[in-house]
Amino acid sequence: MPDSILIEPVMEAPLHPTDRARLRAENLRVAYGPKEVLKGVSLDIPANQVTAIIGPSGCGKSTFLKCFNRIHELSGPAKVTGRIELDGRDLMAMREVELRRRVGMVFQKPNPFPKSIYDNVAFGPRLFGVRGRSDLDGAVEDGLRKAALWDEVKDRLADSAQGLSGGQQQRLCIARALAVQPEVLLMDEPCSALDPIATARIEELLFDLKRELTIVIVTHNMQQAARASDRTAFLWLGELVEEGPTETIFTNPGKPMTEDYITGRFG
Amino acid sequence: MKKLDLRPRLSARIMDGAMKVALWAVALGFIAALLVVMGAILKQGWPVLNWGFLSKMPETLDAGGGVRPQLFNSIYLVALSLAGSLPIGIGAGIYMAEYAKEGRLTGFFRLCVETLSATPSIVLALFGLMVFVQALDWSFSIRSGACALAMLNIPILTRVTELSLRGVPQEMKEASYGLGATKLQTILRVLLPAAAPGLLTGTVLAAGRAFGESAVLVFTAGTNTSMTYPDFSLKAPGETLAVHLWYVVSDGTLPDAREIAAGTAAVMVLVLLVMNIVVRLLDRRLKRHAR
Repeated sequence: MPDSILIEPVMEAPLHPTDRARLRAENLRVAYGPKEVLKGVSLDIPANQVTAIIGPSGCGKSTFLKCFNRIHELSGPAKVTGRIELDGRDLMAMREVELRRRVGMVFQKPNPFPKSIYDNVAFGPRLFGVRGRSDLDGAVEDGLRKAALWDEVKDRLADSAQGLSGGQQQRLCIARALAVQPEVLLMDEPCSALDPIATARIEELLFDLKRELTIVIVTHNMQQAARASDRTAFLWLGELVEEGPTETIFTNPGKPMTEDYITGRFG
Repeated sequence: MKKLDLRPRLSARIMDGAMKVALWAVALGFIAALLVVMGAILKQGWPVLNWGFLSKMPETLDAGGGVRPQLFNSIYLVALSLAGSLPIGIGAGIYMAEYAKEGRLTGFFRLCVETLSATPSIVLALFGLMVFVQALDWSFSIRSGACALAMLNIPILTRVTELSLRGVPQEMKEASYGLGATKLQTILRVLLPAAAPGLLTGTVLAAGRAFGESAVLVFTAGTNTSMTYPDFSLKAPGETLAVHLWYVVSDGTLPDAREIAAGTAAVMVLVLLVMNIVVRLLDRRLKRHAR
């Protein structure tokens, strides 16, 4: 990993993965106009673990995820109350640029830029003024390796990203997000447009990535949550029903509603 | 439950086929009409077209004049007007697509842009005459013409820029902001490159319209040309090919007015053809990553 790239001066003493939750939501309420999407959700997301957020369509899990890097602000003016923290700092008071560099995001549909594979991954570092050829080359290779895509594309980095398969495109988007060396990776149903093999590759990735990152993944897929996550939170109609270690949630849920949902009785 | 008759309908198949034939016929008819027009212009103009026609000064009373200064003025004026209108039009388009908050003022501004882009060119011509030629006392000159043409181009470019930027998928924006890009970085590095093919098409439309414009220029750039060549002076009179075509036909003092007009028309068509080919090649380059 090229340590020489200092993407941005450290703003505050970085907290190490410790006792404290990396991300924390406290009584988080989000409303678009009269429609309240999140109705007071409190959740701690521990460092270096994969936290899955599950729940039926429209339960607010995507909005919840997007609050952590404030990308929801692009979907129109939202009224947010409550508190969201990154390492104990109020996230709403942070500069978006700093926040989004530290909290990366992978979207539902692979969304590579209509540029070359190389330029896609180098896009992030370049935003922060990284110009040196060797620095960029290193960042691109590093990102692609971590996303397990390097071997497939190393001979055609100048080719268009749009020529890749859907699964490759999604891993490219992961590489692109990793290239700015984030601390948290938010994934919004990253496999919903992928076939089972591509999905399995991404789930494998999560195991490797969580050594360096904190991962939050929204998923529709119960098996995926059970397989790939350490903790699971179940949202329903904008409220947190239950959260805990994935094993407990799936084998011994505390609430009947959770059990009904994970066994497929509704949702 | 009642068993529904869900066999494929013959009528649906016939309509499908009929529509296909009809669309083909329309397309073929259009291409044929285009070829007839192009053919007629080039057929009449071809005998006149030679190096002399392109390199000689025009005559006022005798036969055998050329269109050298008009060709130069046409290209010079289009280039000047684009140099002025591209930054303003694209800037205004970016503002409308990315910065303006939807509201009454923005709605009013959009209405103005649309009205302006539909304004008859003769109205713009009189505006140019009053403002540039008379009020600013620039007389019939390249600068008056270039400013009037820019007035014609700016609303088109504004509209095209706004639409092209709005056409960029929201996911591209999310991807860019999600990596920590600022608004300006997102516009410059993602939105404008993705909108580039649309912007290019808009610019060509504007350039083509400016190149073929006559009414606006008759009243602003005038119907005379400079005595020196090439004259880059902004104060020089700037008759263009389109104006020249109109002028020789309506003035009628030239014994070979018909031939000169046909030749001028052919030159214009050929220049536009070359312009479009160049743009096609550029467009292909721009789209190389967006398959």
